Amino acid sequence: MQPFTYVRANSVNEAAAAVAARPQAKFISGGTNLLDLMKLEVERPTHLVDISRLPLDRIEETPEGGLRIGAQVRNSDLAAEPRVRSRYPMLSQALLAGASGQIRNKASTAGNLLQRTRCSYFYDRNMPCNKRAPGSGCAALGGFNRMHAVLGASDACIAVHPSDMAVAMAALDAAVETTLPDGTQRTIPVGDLSRLPGSTPHVETALGHGEMITAVILPPPPPGRQLYRKVRDRASYAFALVSVATIVEKSGDRIQSARIALGGVAPKPWRPMEAEYVLAGAAAADAAFTEAAESALAGAVGRGSNDFKIPLAKRTIRQTLAAAVEGV
Amino acid sequence: MTETTIPENRSSETETGLVGQPIARVDGSLKVTGHATYAYEHAVNGAAYGYILGAAIAKGRIVEIDSSEAEKMPGVLHIMTHRNAPAQPEFGPAVTPTVPEVFTRARPMLNSDRVRFYDEPIALVVAETFETARAAAGLIRVRYEEERGAFDLSARIADAYTPRRTNAGFETDSEIGDFGGAFAAAPVKVDATYRTPYEHHNPMEPHATLAVWSGDEVTIYTSAQTLANFQAGLASTLGIPRERVRIVSPFIGGGFGSKLIVHADGVLAALAARVLRRPVKVALTRQQMFANAGYRAEMVQQVRLGADRDGRLTSIGHDVWSATSGFEEFCEQTAVFTRSLYAAPNRLTRHRLVPVDLNRGEWMRSPGEAPGMLAFECAMDELAERLGLDPIELRIRNEPTEDPERGVPFSSRNLVACMREGARRFGWERRKPTPGSIREGRKLIGYGMAAAIRPNYIGAGTARVAIDATGRVTARLDMTDIGTGTYTILTQIAAESFGVPTAAVKVELGDSRFPRTAGSGGSWGAASAGSALHHACNALKERIMEAARSSDRSPLRGANDVAPIFVGGEIRVGDRSVGLADFIGRIAPDGMEAIGTVAAARDTESYRAYSQHSYGAHFAEVAVDSDTGEIRTRRMLSVIGAGRILNPKTARSQILGGMTWGIGAALMEETVLDPRYGHFVNHDLAEYHVPVNGDVADMEVVFLEEYDDKANPLGAKGLGELGVCGAGAAIANAVYNATGVRVREFPITLDKVLPGLPVTAI
Ligand SMILES: Cc1cc2nc3c(=O)[nH]c(=O)nc-3n(C[C@H](O)[C@H](O)[C@H](O)COP(=O)(O)OP(=O)(O)OC[C@H]3O[C@@H](n4cnc5c(N)ncnc54)[C@H](O)[C@@H]3O)c2cc1C
Ligand code: SF4
Repeated sequence: MQPFTYVRANSVNEAAAAVAARPQAKFISGGTNLLDLMKLEVERPTHLVDISRLPLDRIEETPEGGLRIGAQVRNSDLAAEPRVRSRYPMLSQALLAGASGQIRNKASTAGNLLQRTRCSYFYDRNMPCNKRAPGSGCAALGGFNRMHAVLGASDACIAVHPSDMAVAMAALDAAVETTLPDGTQRTIPVGDLSRLPGSTPHVETALGHGEMITAVILPPPPPGRQLYRKVRDRASYAFALVSVATIVEKSGDRIQSARIALGGVAPKPWRPMEAEYVLAGAAAADAAFTEAAESALAGAVGRGSNDFKIPLAKRTIRQTLAAAVEGV
Repeated sequence: MTETTIPENRSSETETGLVGQPIARVDGSLKVTGHATYAYEHAVNGAAYGYILGAAIAKGRIVEIDSSEAEKMPGVLHIMTHRNAPAQPEFGPAVTPTVPEVFTRARPMLNSDRVRFYDEPIALVVAETFETARAAAGLIRVRYEEERGAFDLSARIADAYTPRRTNAGFETDSEIGDFGGAFAAAPVKVDATYRTPYEHHNPMEPHATLAVWSGDEVTIYTSAQTLANFQAGLASTLGIPRERVRIVSPFIGGGFGSKLIVHADGVLAALAARVLRRPVKVALTRQQMFANAGYRAEMVQQVRLGADRDGRLTSIGHDVWSATSGFEEFCEQTAVFTRSLYAAPNRLTRHRLVPVDLNRGEWMRSPGEAPGMLAFECAMDELAERLGLDPIELRIRNEPTEDPERGVPFSSRNLVACMREGARRFGWERRKPTPGSIREGRKLIGYGMAAAIRPNYIGAGTARVAIDATGRVTARLDMTDIGTGTYTILTQIAAESFGVPTAAVKVELGDSRFPRTAGSGGSWGAASAGSALHHACNALKERIMEAARSSDRSPLRGANDVAPIFVGGEIRVGDRSVGLADFIGRIAPDGMEAIGTVAAARDTESYRAYSQHSYGAHFAEVAVDSDTGEIRTRRMLSVIGAGRILNPKTARSQILGGMTWGIGAALMEETVLDPRYGHFVNHDLAEYHVPVNGDVADMEVVFLEEYDDKANPLGAKGLGELGVCGAGAAIANAVYNATGVRVREFPITLDKVLPGLPVTAI
């Protein structure tokens, strides 16, 4: 870890300006991701702006009937919040499927969205990695890429976005509220927050330097049954191999509308819109689930050790849709 | 061995005694309140902190190390590289002439520009703080001349060589009868090849050392399983006599075999502290532990079983190809248990090695049985299916009456009883022989079992025990408690021996100034240190009785014909008795002491005359998600026959831990070696998966009543590793029973099961 200076911000505007003022400055929230990366010198900020004590830890009703979740709300608190559990159960399920109790107690909502990939080569400074050291190559290609992306990746980078929470939020059409260094605000859909790697995998988000997330806005819960299903290598404390967030609204024997978001398979929470179109209006039966699963993975590319994710994702989508329909 | 006339406490006579009672750990409250001091926590004034910089390549030469930027960092005290490291002896040949030399040889660090493995230490930065040392290490620039390393085991089987011995000194090969002929002629056979991966111990406490020199003597506070090895290894490396190296290791946060020899932290802390003339602390980071603290090697195993139609084995073949470090051989004794487990007239076991460019492999909990039984006990399951026999019945039909290769009787062997008792308790009759027969919703349920066997060892050792004028008993030996409960059982042994409460006994371990033992390893700890202490206690009681019979002031004067009993804080002889404390106070105001020793099992007649092993039977029930292939263990039971159980509570914990290792080995543990770079890719605990609490479901351990009078005076046999042996195979067999998919490449992750699971109707 390289030496750094540290300030505790007193306001959002002050924090955004403080980061913007120095090119190597970063926000630090729970620190559960950033500190690990700093110890390994994958991240080498020279200045940290601590935003963890800013009063952004409230969950409020929005006029539209949704919720506004402060950026500093802890993952544990968000998962346990009664309104979240009753109206957005998939979000609570996704949070509780992530990390460990200790980490969730410390992790913030914004920090979770902005956590970086767990690609092992990214974590090891001796390895080529276009994300960490642009232009050095991608060691995961042709290497051990069991955890890596089958959708949305490029030949420059096949890393996945590791968050569970973000997958549920993408399915819920959530958006982040940000404050820019000049004090202005904007809103970015969660689905657009992370960028696909293309030829610039080191550019990961739509945020500018010093732009700070202040809240996540959940629109009113869509009708239908919500489910978050995470497939992993052990019962707890493992990142998703594949995860499926789905909301299925039924009318009679037909599916009125359905949403799907996938985790563990792409550089960002992945919304396979084609699959959602397949389901809209279809008979709520295996044929539609299977077709939706096929179309969700239509463009998938395996890279060797992650080939299994393609059939795994299809099977998990099919089964999760069936389980969601059953419960309606 | 100390001769005594004191009658020995036998299990039958000690039902009210302390040995055999489920006493809670005597060091438990120290640990949970943070008062147990671990290596890195020892506080001394003026300690400096070292941080190791590891090589970025797996093989080659350092052309240039530029540490100028690092040296400029405020707080940096010293940067040690191969250019300025103190002279040390050469490392020497890959194979040492004798087994003990592995433990005592010099392990020089930073003594060459050669890089032998990825992340090998190439510099030590010492600074006023750990953070400064680490940051400065990040500023060192290194230029290498890289060479191509060799890493692939499967592709290089043809290059395998035959080692002279396996670990622990066993014969490399064994051959009895005509395996080839019998196997060819067998009407029913299995010929299956299994692969087990690299695994890492990952104890909670990393390898860490504080070195403090005083004149030409050094004290090493470290995390060690075996103090004598650390003392000898450091003395050889530092070029000083052993007496000038003191090792202190009172508490150890797990070792699992990775703390049997000195590692980079110990050598570098000692070197730097000598150069700087101030105490130095060095710890390996979790990531560094993967390259610098041993591993279990990748192996390919071919198991060939030939049987007649009744299920009697005619031939057993077990061939092992293992990776080994090229510069220091390690041959795990993977097929050695096969020589003792089942009867068959024609037998063949062989070990072969393929050199790779990695650091040396080390002893990892249950060396031999852990990978060996994973393969072999799956092959037995495959054979049972081919024969249409219940897996337990197959094993019973091949139960030997004597050790099948040594031709000597068993000291005690309750394998069949373990299997029968386990079957009854587990509800084995609910198992369906046809795989995929039990469904619960979309889950497939399966049952599996496997046998467990693990040799009983005794390592030579000595214990000293003293009693003071207040009747307090203090035992001292350089034994270690690596979390197994050694403090507790030794307290029980001494307390029972003197008939005093455990509160009157203090056991002091983990200091090389105390009498030497074999330390903790190979499941020999309790029996070895326990026997030495048992003898020491008897010797001391004998001394006390001599005084009692002859002293003028003794109420027991002349009580020669009746055996004394130490009980309830008294010495009783016939109808006479005297308070122990009171008596010692009178006859020996300065207290009394005695030592006891135990010889290495190898050197005893009993070991030559009997085949000595602990046994068990593992049972597992798993649920496999038919859609995703996720495997979760639902229930496990282990029935254990391991002689007298000194403390059912600590023993149970050992078996539970072993069973958990079985879950890891069967389902998740694997360190992936990237052959392009020669590094372990998943070198942290986020990506190297061990079972978490959620993976460890309902577990039960049952101990069979047993007393092995051939094993040692305590009647106990080793069990610290037994829980691992076969546990993974029971799970693997359950996965097969659930799904009909036989995965022979461990761990059995869902991607390997999924292709065999049909997509079923929703
Ligand atoms: C062993 C382990 C296992 C884990 N398993 C899982 C898992 O299974 N599923 C899962 O989803 N997650 C998992 N996590 C990740 C965990 O969820 C994240 O570490 C956590 O959510 C990050 O939150 P934080 O507040 O600590 O972020 P920090 O570490 O403080 O910050 C992360 C990043 O976000 C930036 N940042 C933080 N707040 C803001 C803001 N308001 N505006 C702009 N930028 C900001 C920081 O600059 C930094 O770059 C795991 C973590 C660990 C260590
Ligand atoms: S996948 Fe991306 S993060 Fe991983 S090594 Fe390649 S470029 Fe780096």
